[in-house]
Amino acid sequence: MPDSFEGKDILLSERLAEIRARRPATEPEIFTEVVRAVLTAMSENLTVHDTALLLEVEELGRTIANAKIEIAALKVDDINGCHIPFATDELDAIVAHTASATDAILESCETLDIVAGTVSGEAADKLQEATTRIYEACSFQDITGQRITKVVGTLKTIEDKVARIIATFGPKTAGLPTPPPVELTREEELLNGPQLPQQAMGQSDIDKLMASFD
Amino acid sequence: MAIDKSMNVLIVDDYKTMLRIIRNLLKQIEFNNVEEASDGAEALSKLRTGNFGLVISDWNMAPMTGLQLLQEVRADGRLKQTPFIMITAESKTENVVAAKAAGVSNYIVKPFNAETLKDKIEKVLGHA
Repeated sequence: MPDSFEGKDILLSERLAEIRARRPATEPEIFTEVVRAVLTAMSENLTVHDTALLLEVEELGRTIANAKIEIAALKVDDINGCHIPFATDELDAIVAHTASATDAILESCETLDIVAGTVSGEAADKLQEATTRIYEACSFQDITGQRITKVVGTLKTIEDKVARIIATFGPKTAGLPTPPPVELTREEELLNGPQLPQQAMGQSDIDKLMASFD
Repeated sequence: MAIDKSMNVLIVDDYKTMLRIIRNLLKQIEFNNVEEASDGAEALSKLRTGNFGLVISDWNMAPMTGLQLLQEVRADGRLKQTPFIMITAESKTENVVAAKAAGVSNYIVKPFNAETLKDKIEKVLGHA
């Protein structure tokens, strides 16, 4: 290192030691302060390009500090502690209510089926046709139940992500290790649930695919 | 080939509503001997102790899925010829391919109608 750097180097080391003693945890504000100290100490020996680069790093530190303030203002704890549990409870209630309503419809339909057995001719046929349509329509409960389960899964993922943000920026949970990505078995990879209508294969597509194996 | 509608049919689904719907639709096409199971493990137990001519199963169940049930059935010397129809919301190509590879007799995607159910049962039992 050239002689001219030595004085500034000692000064910078002392400054960094002072910052470390004051705030041992790495914080964006400290990061910004360190960059500023480095810039001050080295400004006379930097090229224009180096200076621009370090200013960008300083700006990055400031952006992180601002993000931390903004995240704190969002009250992220409320998302996990209140909003997501509320949403999942509401979805569970939807499933319970639709199941209850579907049971009532099916019970009435079964009564109609019994009545259909006591009449004959066209009336019996029409009654059975009507009950068949009702049975078919009631399968919505299964499909909506599976869709809601998928939405609950998505909410859980958001909950996890929010928890990670809190762990990253919040003092209480700082330093937690990041969990490894969940590895799915081949069986789990095949459990996708109902496809959205525009993405789903219809029965005729399934039939063609099945026939292609013969 | 005439279909014996007095045969025992096992329907498997973890949604009680679906079991009820399928049971009623089967009743309308004169299959009256219908038993229910709420997951693959219960179904396998019933299959091993009973005498069933047809299995109609959902895929997405726990702890044993419909696909695992199918694999168990096909690996069982006494059960391996039992016609097996999968009724499921899983409609991706890879699902149909996996089911076929495991030996499924036919595949119905939810939501389905009574005509499709009747048609697939006739096809499967007609070939049995």
